[in-house]
Amino acid sequence: MTVEIPYGVQERPDTGLWNAKLGMWLFLASEVMLFGGLFASYATLRTYAPDWPKGSDFQNIPLGTFNTAVLITSSITMVMGWASLVMGQFGKFRLYMGLTLLLGVLFLGIKATEYRGKFEHYGVTLADGTVVTGHVESQDASRVVLLPDAKGGAAHEPMTLARSQIKRMIVFGPWYNTYLALYFTLTGLHALHLLAGVLVNLYLWGPGSRMWQREPERFTHRVECAGLFWHFVDLVWIFLFPILYLL
Amino acid sequence: MGFWRHYVFSTDHKMIGLQYLFTGLVFLLFGFSLMMLMRWQLAYPGKALPLIGSWFGESRMPGGVMLPEFYNQLGAMHGTIMVFLAVVPIAFGAFGNFVVPLQIGAPDMAFPKLNAASYWTYFVGGLIMFASFFVPGGAANSGWTSYAPLADIATMGQTVWLFGMVWLITSSLLGSVNLITTVVQCRAPGMTWMRLPFFVWTQLVTGFLLLLAFPPLESAAVMQLMDRLAGTSFFLPSGLVISGQMLKATAGGPDLLVGGGSPLLWQHLFWFLAHPEVYVLVLPAMGVVTEIIANNTRRPIMGYRALVFSAFAVGFMSFLVWAHHMYLTGMGTTMSTFFQTTTVIISIPSMVIMAMLVLSLWGGSIRFNTPMLFALAFLPMFGLGGLTGLPLAFGITDTYLHDTYYVIGHFHYVVAPGTIFAIFAGVYYWFPKASGRMMDETLGKVHFWGTLVCMNVIFFPMFIQGMAGISRRWYDGGATYDLAKNYLHLNAWMSWGAWVMALVQVAFIVNFFWSMKRGRKVSDNPWQATTLEWATPSPPPHGNFPAMPTVYRGAYEYSAPDCAEDFLPQHQPPASATMGATT
Repeated sequence: MTVEIPYGVQERPDTGLWNAKLGMWLFLASEVMLFGGLFASYATLRTYAPDWPKGSDFQNIPLGTFNTAVLITSSITMVMGWASLVMGQFGKFRLYMGLTLLLGVLFLGIKATEYRGKFEHYGVTLADGTVVTGHVESQDASRVVLLPDAKGGAAHEPMTLARSQIKRMIVFGPWYNTYLALYFTLTGLHALHLLAGVLVNLYLWGPGSRMWQREPERFTHRVECAGLFWHFVDLVWIFLFPILYLL
Repeated sequence: MGFWRHYVFSTDHKMIGLQYLFTGLVFLLFGFSLMMLMRWQLAYPGKALPLIGSWFGESRMPGGVMLPEFYNQLGAMHGTIMVFLAVVPIAFGAFGNFVVPLQIGAPDMAFPKLNAASYWTYFVGGLIMFASFFVPGGAANSGWTSYAPLADIATMGQTVWLFGMVWLITSSLLGSVNLITTVVQCRAPGMTWMRLPFFVWTQLVTGFLLLLAFPPLESAAVMQLMDRLAGTSFFLPSGLVISGQMLKATAGGPDLLVGGGSPLLWQHLFWFLAHPEVYVLVLPAMGVVTEIIANNTRRPIMGYRALVFSAFAVGFMSFLVWAHHMYLTGMGTTMSTFFQTTTVIISIPSMVIMAMLVLSLWGGSIRFNTPMLFALAFLPMFGLGGLTGLPLAFGITDTYLHDTYYVIGHFHYVVAPGTIFAIFAGVYYWFPKASGRMMDETLGKVHFWGTLVCMNVIFFPMFIQGMAGISRRWYDGGATYDLAKNYLHLNAWMSWGAWVMALVQVAFIVNFFWSMKRGRKVSDNPWQATTLEWATPSPPPHGNFPAMPTVYRGAYEYSAPDCAEDFLPQHQPPASATMGATT
């Protein structure tokens, strides 16, 4: 026995909304506060920090820029998918939604590559206090061979360091410094959101799209809600990219 | 529908409301039990707890004597359970779910499946919190506020606490989205905004508070989890020394903590939730009390519009007062001045609400039934809680009173004889709607008077102890401190007050279950009330209303002139319309 809930599909005349659309916007308001808390933490920690690394010390800016473009393009295909449904063109919807999915997966793939790069990268503090960053070529119990990062045209030669010379050697994980802690927390949470969006879109592209035959309006609403979420996740990245890569 | 569909995996808002109620009441009793254990240690520090002391094992109470670590667990979990697992789930989850759709004339919540999901995430969160007592090192023991850096370096129970909180925050997110959408979208024809019962307004504002205040705590919880599990230093300052050693990171990678974090950041994020949370506890209570006072004074509620606007003002301002919990953190006098000002401003709309409720008694013909007694007692008890907050609002007096029992007394007057009285009032008031039977009045009055006396015996001495300077953190209740020696005898009074109050609650529990089966059967509208929840059978069927009701007037048309009875239900067509139909 199911109860008919009013305004599940039709707009309520005095509010101009159907239920799920309002629910989605409320959810996004909550999400704004979730990321807002993290952005505020970023601002606080960075303000109090005596020094703060440049994003380019840790990030590949061209790759990040490309990933930003990927995500913005996926927002365009997402809205094209929804618009196709509004115009009654289900085939085009499948095409655009498929593209959105591919772009979303591409973004996550590039993100994963960036993450892996961090975990192959070391910051080495030598006994005299200098810090060298780079990849480890090989290591054993007594020594480490490090390929330092090329900076400002400096020599790109492997360095052999005795263990006794090394005071501290840690990988670019979230524990490396507060910048990387924020980087992993913010982009990790963002990636989880994107993954959720990909799963929802995958459902709407695949088995969920059968609803189009029975209830086209309701299905269009579903895609619209998924789109609102997708655009929000995109928008979060628009803020994350400058604060983590450029500033 | 089978048993499981009907009672367990239901999507009916009334059943979910009752699930919230039962689970919440169980946690209320559980949270109270933790406190009763603590009260033994405070009244008789270092003495073995008779009879049941040996049940808790050598790691908690060796020989029946409570260890400080266990005392800290009890304190942290009492706060957590009472706020997040008992009072909010009852005030918002149970009453909001059960009553709001009925009062606005909706067949169900806007998203019934989401509603069930909200209950089950709450349930899982509750189980995680309960299970945390059994992990190595016991439950979270850094206070319900989980202040960093203490919580960052606490035992494993803290990690479990954080995971539990993530579930509870998710639950309140789903619940608040659902409730706001329901109120905006599913009002019956004619149910305009200014005809909504005040209870619905308070739930709506509460929904917004939960929606917007909880997520920053979730981000803080994520960061604390990172600190604990991934070796970050969000809340750990540089050069933190513990037991004479520089702190090392817990995760596998680094040997030395990077530091550079801010313990104050945690407090800001935590109180950004936890102050609105106080209004999440209080606003629904005010809504319940308003419904009951209007019904039992048999007169329209005073200043309905002022109530509505005040509820919104309270809700909005509650986002701007959080750092009045932090005057002593060294955040600076400019910040303190700002937050003192906003704190005093927020007391204005709160007092408007209280004044309207008191004024509503004037000229009424009052019925002193059990729900009304609890609602009436709410007024002075909550008033006492509110007024004792004023010295805490000002940095200069708070410097002395901070972290003393005065704060505990203040907060508990707001929530225990305040909100919990409203919860009891609501249970007695809506019980006939949910079951079709009345709760017993005699047992109800025993419950009321016993609870009222005991509440004051427990909490009033806290003001005296607090003003004497007794800290809320002392595990022995002050026995080893010279300044406390003249006030120690109060500890036993307070503890006996708590234990006797537990006995008094037996009257409620017996009444509740006995009345479900054997209570006096009543009509659909036993209180002669005006609001829509009484315009449907008791208990209401699935889908609530046999036919969609139409609303013709405001929520509190009591003792209207030219009317045969002293109440005019919202759904009753106007006399002229009826006449028009017959002629």
